[in-house]
Amino acid sequence: MKDLLQKAFNAVMDGDSELARDTAEAWLAAGGSPLDLVNQALTPGIREVGRLWEDGEYFLPELVSGAEAMKTAMIVLEPAMVQTDTGTSGSRVILIGTVCGDIHDIGKSLVATMLKANGFQVVDLGADVAPERFLRAFHDHHAALICMSALLTTTMTGIPELIRLFESSGVRSQVAFMAGGAPVTRKWASEAGVDYYGDSAVDAVRIATDHFRRRNG
Amino acid sequence: MNALRPVITLLNQHTVTDIVTQAWEILENTGVQIEHGETFHVLADSGLPVIKNQRVGFPRHRCEPFLATVPATFFLFERDLETRIPIGGDAVHYDPGSAAVYWLDPGADDHRRATAADCMLLAQLTEKLDGYHIQSTGVVPSDVLEDFADCLRLIYPLVFCRKPVITGTFRKSSFKIMHRMLSVIAGSPELLRTHPLAVFDCCPSPPLKWSDLTGAALMDCARAGIPVEMVSMPLAGATAPVTLIGSVIQHTAESLSGAVIHQIAAPGAPIIWGGSPAAFDMRHGTTPMGAMETMMIDLAYSQVGKYLGFPTHAYMACSDAKLPDYQAGLESGIGAVLAALAGINIVSGPGFLNYENTHSPEKIIQDHDACALAYRLIQGMTVHADPDVPALLHRLADTGDFLSDPSTRKLHRRELSPAGKAVFRGSMDQWRNQGRPLSRDLAHAVLQALAEQDSPRLDPGRTQALVEILLQEADNLHIAKAIREILQATCIHV
Ligand code: B12
Repeated sequence: MKDLLQKAFNAVMDGDSELARDTAEAWLAAGGSPLDLVNQALTPGIREVGRLWEDGEYFLPELVSGAEAMKTAMIVLEPAMVQTDTGTSGSRVILIGTVCGDIHDIGKSLVATMLKANGFQVVDLGADVAPERFLRAFHDHHAALICMSALLTTTMTGIPELIRLFESSGVRSQVAFMAGGAPVTRKWASEAGVDYYGDSAVDAVRIATDHFRRRNG
Repeated sequence: MNALRPVITLLNQHTVTDIVTQAWEILENTGVQIEHGETFHVLADSGLPVIKNQRVGFPRHRCEPFLATVPATFFLFERDLETRIPIGGDAVHYDPGSAAVYWLDPGADDHRRATAADCMLLAQLTEKLDGYHIQSTGVVPSDVLEDFADCLRLIYPLVFCRKPVITGTFRKSSFKIMHRMLSVIAGSPELLRTHPLAVFDCCPSPPLKWSDLTGAALMDCARAGIPVEMVSMPLAGATAPVTLIGSVIQHTAESLSGAVIHQIAAPGAPIIWGGSPAAFDMRHGTTPMGAMETMMIDLAYSQVGKYLGFPTHAYMACSDAKLPDYQAGLESGIGAVLAALAGINIVSGPGFLNYENTHSPEKIIQDHDACALAYRLIQGMTVHADPDVPALLHRLADTGDFLSDPSTRKLHRRELSPAGKAVFRGSMDQWRNQGRPLSRDLAHAVLQALAEQDSPRLDPGRTQALVEILLQEADNLHIAKAIREILQATCIHV
């Protein structure tokens, strides 16, 4: 089993999704607890990836493929985790999407990847997301934080529009909003009623971490 | 007689044809996703195969005949409908970059959101700088309901500058309004068709997709005879292959598919092989315009475009720096020179900082100097019969009196260009006496001097017609009052 732990750790470090999936399957087949694999191999792996990124040793391709490998292993483990009811998530669900009318999604996807790499459960709704879809996904996934990206001057109005929809639906107080993207500034975001403004993917992780830490006391 | 026009070519002929072959292979086997319903149907009706869902195949043998109608050269017009600017061949024209979000005030050390007043200033500035043959809707104002920003920004170049304008739509519904505004300037939609006053940017979405907006824009522009600038943006390693050649191949495939759509919609309509690729920065997740690899992709795709017989465009002569500093000059200067050497017809970028996100009026002045250097370079060396050099040296060998020789007086303005206005070439003492200016300070002073000059405006009749179009649209959005106030504040009387 120790061998499998090392393999899973390496799979994340090397961004090898195939190895991550195979190892997760072998771990479950050998009767291992899914949570142990997460806590003893996958999470330390992704932390190490994050550290190397911070140190300037790793670049985006290493970071993104590491997160991808982690995600692949999680897909294998998650059904088993629900069965053993370890209750790891629920309150850490983050919704993310680019606002209506805007098809720029590279920055949004980077933010989603970094959040996933840091252990958040992220539901990525893609680009050009209508406000109603955000609202539906909020109910479906019991999301606690909603991240909006806008790259066009003409689409950033979608941000306050979404918040108004949540207000008129009576659920504004159940969720926090974070926004970013090139034309969005801290001042504009606060006037638009957004709770948090983030200027980069790294910033998004810091904000989300603080948010959940504060919320969970 | 010119000894030679210096030229840069990045690729050998074999590689160019290979890139084109691979692009057609991709177009035939993988195809391109066409989101816009009408465009999709037009392609299917023209016999192009549907590969799956919205994905259409573009087999080479079916498509090349459509491309035979692409004009190799066309003219853009100034608003007098007489002064014309050739787009094609190796003609090079610079224009301030298009659609920045932020503005850097002269002397300021931080950027702010751009406003309608900045749109006006940019148009007036471009009017007064002869080295820019074309202007752009360079900034997007933030002081209106943002939905309306792409239409509002067009009135400023039309009122405050005579030059043709690079612009584009952000929403499908904007096309009609912008077309109406341009038709007012031309006199009618028919005159606009024969005398194009604007170019619309249309960006395919990498990889291999024409979105609903840009598919519609391609068709609308083709039918109205408004020249289209296809701006394919492979971001190497992020939205395109990490190899530079791979990104050029993707660019070729996206652009070929766009040109086919466009020529099917209106055979012979003007279209430009443009782009805004970038070598994705793997540390910062940004799209550096000043990276050498970005410029290499630009040079290579424009070479492919020329080979295929298209007029060309690139986003060059711009910078990722945040202030007009050494980095800004380095990146913009190299870009301006390389673009000229490559004979790229429309070079959008002067004034841009912060990737393509910020305009700086000081940098517009500085880049104007960089463009002048580039023009001088491609003008090349002239072989003069007079003076005869051996005879001149025979005459002056003893005295060395070249400064007072008539040949010097006659030719020095043509042979030796004076320093640009944001360049300091004086002595140390002169520099000290002038308060030790940096290039940025010199540019600031030029801006102040230019602000004193009057700038010609569009006549009141047509200005009023433009205002009415905007107010009508603003009324539909219930923002007519705000728009009226903004127009008044920017010297457009309602
Ligand atoms: C690539 C690109 C495109 C691609 C997008 C491909 C894709 N899959 O996303 C394509 C070609 C499709 C495209 C299309 C258009 N584009 Co474009 N595009 C760009 C470009 C060059 C880069 C954007 C990018 O991806 N940057 C890299 C990413 C990683 O950075 P980012 O998005 O800023 O994200 C970072 C931060 O902002 C932040 N962040 C982002 N989102 C969020 C969210 C949260 C919650 C947080 C905390 C942080 C955060 O973190 C990210 C990572 O650190 C920019 C110019 C530029 N250099 O910025 C123009 C730009 C944004 N585009 C522009 C325009 C005008 C258009 C078009 C309208 C052009 C046209 N006429 O066809 C269309 C838009 C169509 C539409 N309706 O959406 C303008 C916008 C002008 C304006 N004032 O609004 C720009 C500024 C270029 C310009 N100057 O003209 N574009």
